[in-house]
Amino acid sequence: MNTKRRIFLKGTLAGSAVAVAVGAGLLSPRQVLAAWPKEAFEAKDIAASLKGVYNADMTTPSNDIEIKAPDIAENGAVVPVTVNANIKGIESISLFVEQNGTPLTAVFNLAPNALGTVSTRVKMGKTSNVVAVVKAGGTLYAGRKEVKVTIGGCGG
Amino acid sequence: MADSIKIRATLKGDVCTVKALIKHPMETGQRKDKKTGQVIPAHFIQEVVCTHNGKNVLTSAWGAAISANPYLSIEFSGAKKGDKIALAWVDNKGEKDSAETDIG
Repeated sequence: MNTKRRIFLKGTLAGSAVAVAVGAGLLSPRQVLAAWPKEAFEAKDIAASLKGVYNADMTTPSNDIEIKAPDIAENGAVVPVTVNANIKGIESISLFVEQNGTPLTAVFNLAPNALGTVSTRVKMGKTSNVVAVVKAGGTLYAGRKEVKVTIGGCGG
Repeated sequence: MADSIKIRATLKGDVCTVKALIKHPMETGQRKDKKTGQVIPAHFIQEVVCTHNGKNVLTSAWGAAISANPYLSIEFSGAKKGDKIALAWVDNKGEKDSAETDIG
């Protein structure tokens, strides 16, 4: 009897807290995104992290994905990368640095009105391919570009 | 972590370019403190969301391989002058911040 009451109280308390947060219009990513894909970010190779992000292991090479990054990066801690994907119906773009201990760098899920252009800066441990995987219409496309690194940006 | 975000939204036709700079250490958890030899614990942004008039344009998951003080730029269509653009992040320690701007 008592335990039931306790569970009931817990349930109502938790429920009302969520309702208040939503009602107040608080912008919090935790409510918007499903859980952060921990396994994908900890995976040691691209194939494993692809599986974690998209539950797929095949990508189609595409010439419509342009990766703008320096040919030679002096400082691996800050490598500017711009992905420019000229594909219709892009749902998601993810960035990998092939030779990093954990290659997955970021996953960008885009709304239908977003254009296929994303810029950011990444860390690179050593010379490696930067791989962009674009999901559009249920298919995964991949583009890559090699960046030579003279000073690594991981570890100190 | 207040005032960690610098955000700017510019308009060209109906395409809006959002550029944001976030102040954050983005610690990987692999670096060692040179003096003490202790591993510096991981501290990095995990989730970033950008909205246009309250509607999501971007939801993203980040790893520790994004550079310190991250830069992000995205583009989307269907925007007009004066629209509200907001950006929010959460890191692996549960710290968070958000910022809002008008398209100018």
